[in-house]
Amino acid sequence: MLSKKQARTFFLGGTLVTFLIFIGLTIYSFSEGNDQTNQENLTESAVRGKKIWEKNNCMGCHTLLGEGAYYAPELTKVVDRLNIRYDGKGEEVIKSILTSKIPWQLNGRKMVAYGMTKQEAEDVVAFFNWIGKIDLNGFDRVVSPLAKDKINN
Amino acid sequence: MKYKSQKVAYWFFALSMLLLVLQITYGFIMGFARIGFDNLHEFIPFNTARAVHTNLLVVWLLSGFMGAAYYIIPEEAQKELVSVKLAYVQLISLALVGVTAVIGFHFNIWEGRKFLEIPRPLDYLVVINVLLFLGLILITLFKGKRQTTTALVLSMGLLFAALLYLPGMLPFDSQVKDSFFRWWVVHLWVEGVWELIMGGILSFLLIKLTGVDREVIEKWLYVIVGLTFLSGVLGTGHHYYYIGVNKIWIIVGGIFSALEPLAFLAMALFAVNMYRKGEKKHPNKLALYWTLGAAIVAFVGAGLLGFAHTLPQTNLYTHGTLVTAMHGHLAFWGAYGMIVLAIISYSLPNLTGRKLFDSSRGRMAFWLSNIGMIGMTVAFGVAGVAQVYLERKFKMDFMLVQKEIGIHFVVLVICASIFATGIILYIVDFIKHGQPTDEALEIKN
Repeated sequence: MLSKKQARTFFLGGTLVTFLIFIGLTIYSFSEGNDQTNQENLTESAVRGKKIWEKNNCMGCHTLLGEGAYYAPELTKVVDRLNIRYDGKGEEVIKSILTSKIPWQLNGRKMVAYGMTKQEAEDVVAFFNWIGKIDLNGFDRVVSPLAKDKINN
Repeated sequence: MKYKSQKVAYWFFALSMLLLVLQITYGFIMGFARIGFDNLHEFIPFNTARAVHTNLLVVWLLSGFMGAAYYIIPEEAQKELVSVKLAYVQLISLALVGVTAVIGFHFNIWEGRKFLEIPRPLDYLVVINVLLFLGLILITLFKGKRQTTTALVLSMGLLFAALLYLPGMLPFDSQVKDSFFRWWVVHLWVEGVWELIMGGILSFLLIKLTGVDREVIEKWLYVIVGLTFLSGVLGTGHHYYYIGVNKIWIIVGGIFSALEPLAFLAMALFAVNMYRKGEKKHPNKLALYWTLGAAIVAFVGAGLLGFAHTLPQTNLYTHGTLVTAMHGHLAFWGAYGMIVLAIISYSLPNLTGRKLFDSSRGRMAFWLSNIGMIGMTVAFGVAGVAQVYLERKFKMDFMLVQKEIGIHFVVLVICASIFATGIILYIVDFIKHGQPTDEALEIKN
C-alpha cells in the first residue's frame, strides 16, 4: 500500500518534471523556426493599437483570437470579413465605428462610443491587420464543410 | 474556536460575502443586457460589468481563502497568529484595493486583459498585500508547534498563487505573447495552485468533520495534488491551441488536459470515501453538505464540463463561444465558491458560539444555490452549443445568432434568481450568527 512518503514524492517529483517540461516547451515554441506569432511584422502602429485595445477593455465585450466576453463579434480577421461585406471598404467601416461619437448599435447591442482620433483608429486597424496574419492552427478558417461557401461576420 | 486570533477570519469571510453580493448584482446586469435590457449602458456598459463580475469573483474567493488560512493555520500550527493587528491592516488594504479597482472600471481605468483587468499601480499594491498576508501565515506556521501536511499544502498553494501573479505583469508588445503568459497566471491559478488551496481546506474539513485519521487523509491529499499538477501544468496547453503558438501545444495540451478530470474525480472519490469511512458524527451537517458538495460539483463543473470542450477537435468549434461560460460557472462555483462557503459554514458556529447549523434556512441556501447554478450552467450550455452550430457550422452572423439564442438568457436570469435566493439565505444565516466572541473559546467544538 502507498505510504505518505511515497505520495509526497509522487507530488513533488511529478510537479517538478511537468514544470520543467512546460518551461522547455515554452522556450521551444518561441524559438526561431517554431515561432508563429507573427512577431516580425509587428509595427509601431500595431503596438499602439494593442495599447488602445487594452486601455478600452475591448475584450470585455468582443473576442480576439477566441478570447474575450462573447457579447460582441470575434475580431480576428475582421478586416477581411468586412472587406467582403462592404466591397473592399473594411478598414473605413472600422474607423468610422471607432471615431463615432454616438454608440454604434447594429443589430441591437450598443457599443460604447469611443470617439477616437483618426490616428488612434488607424492604429487599431493596424493591430487588427497584424492579428489577421497570425497562423492560428486552423481556428480562423471556415470550420465546417457545410459553411464553406457562406460569407460570415 | 481554539485560538483568539482566529477571529480575524470572520472579517475576511464578511468581506467575501459582501463582494459575492456585488458580483451577483453585476452578473444580473450582464444577463439583462444579453436579453436586450441594456438600460444602464451609459454608466455600466457590458465590458465594465464583465470586468467587475470576474474581478470580484477573484477577490471574494481570495478573501475567503485568506480567511480560511487565518482560521486553519493557528489551529494546525497550534499557535496564535503572530500579529492580529497586521492581519487587520491586510484585510483593510485588500478591501481598499478591491473597491478602488472596481470603481476605476467604471471610469475606463483598467488594463483590458481578461481576468487581469486591475490597473498596474494597483497590481503592485496587491503584491505588497499578499506578501504581508504570506508573511503572517508562514511565520505563524514555522514558529508553531507542528507543521502538518494540510497546513503546508494550503500555505504552498497560497505562496505559489502569489508567485504566479508575477508573469501576468510582464509587458509584451505582441498580443499572442501577452495572452500566452496571462494564462500562466489564470490557468496555473485555477487549474493548479488554487487546487492546492482547495485541497488543503478540504483536507482540514474532512479531518474535523469525519474523524478519519489525519495520516490517511493527508496521504491522499498528496496523491490528489500530485495528479492536479501532473495534468494541470501541461494542461495549460489547451489555452494555446488557437491563439497563434506552435502546434506542439495541440498535442501536449490535448493529452494532458484530457487527464485533468482525473484529479477532480480523485478529489470527489476521496471526499465521499472519507465521509463513509468516518465514524465521527459531527453535528454540523451543513458544513458537510458544502464540503462534499464542493468536491462533487467541482468534478462535474471543472472535470467533466472542462473535458467536454478541451479536446482540440472540439475546441476548434467551441473556442471563443458561450460553451466556455458554461464550464467556467460550474467549475468556479464547485471548486472554489463552495469550498469557501464550506469553511465558513464550519468555522462560523465555532467563532461565534452560535450553533445554527440545524436550521432549514441553511439547507435551503445549499439546495437553492446549487439548483440555480446548475440551471444557469445548462442555460449557458444550450446557448453555447446553439451558437457553435449556427455561427461556426452554418456561419450565421454573430448578432443574428445572439438573437436566436436570446431566450436561453431569459432562462439564465430565472435560474440566476434561484441561485441568488440561495445566496441571500446563506448571508442571512451568516448575519444571524452574529460577530465572533472570545466566549466561543470556552465552547468545545
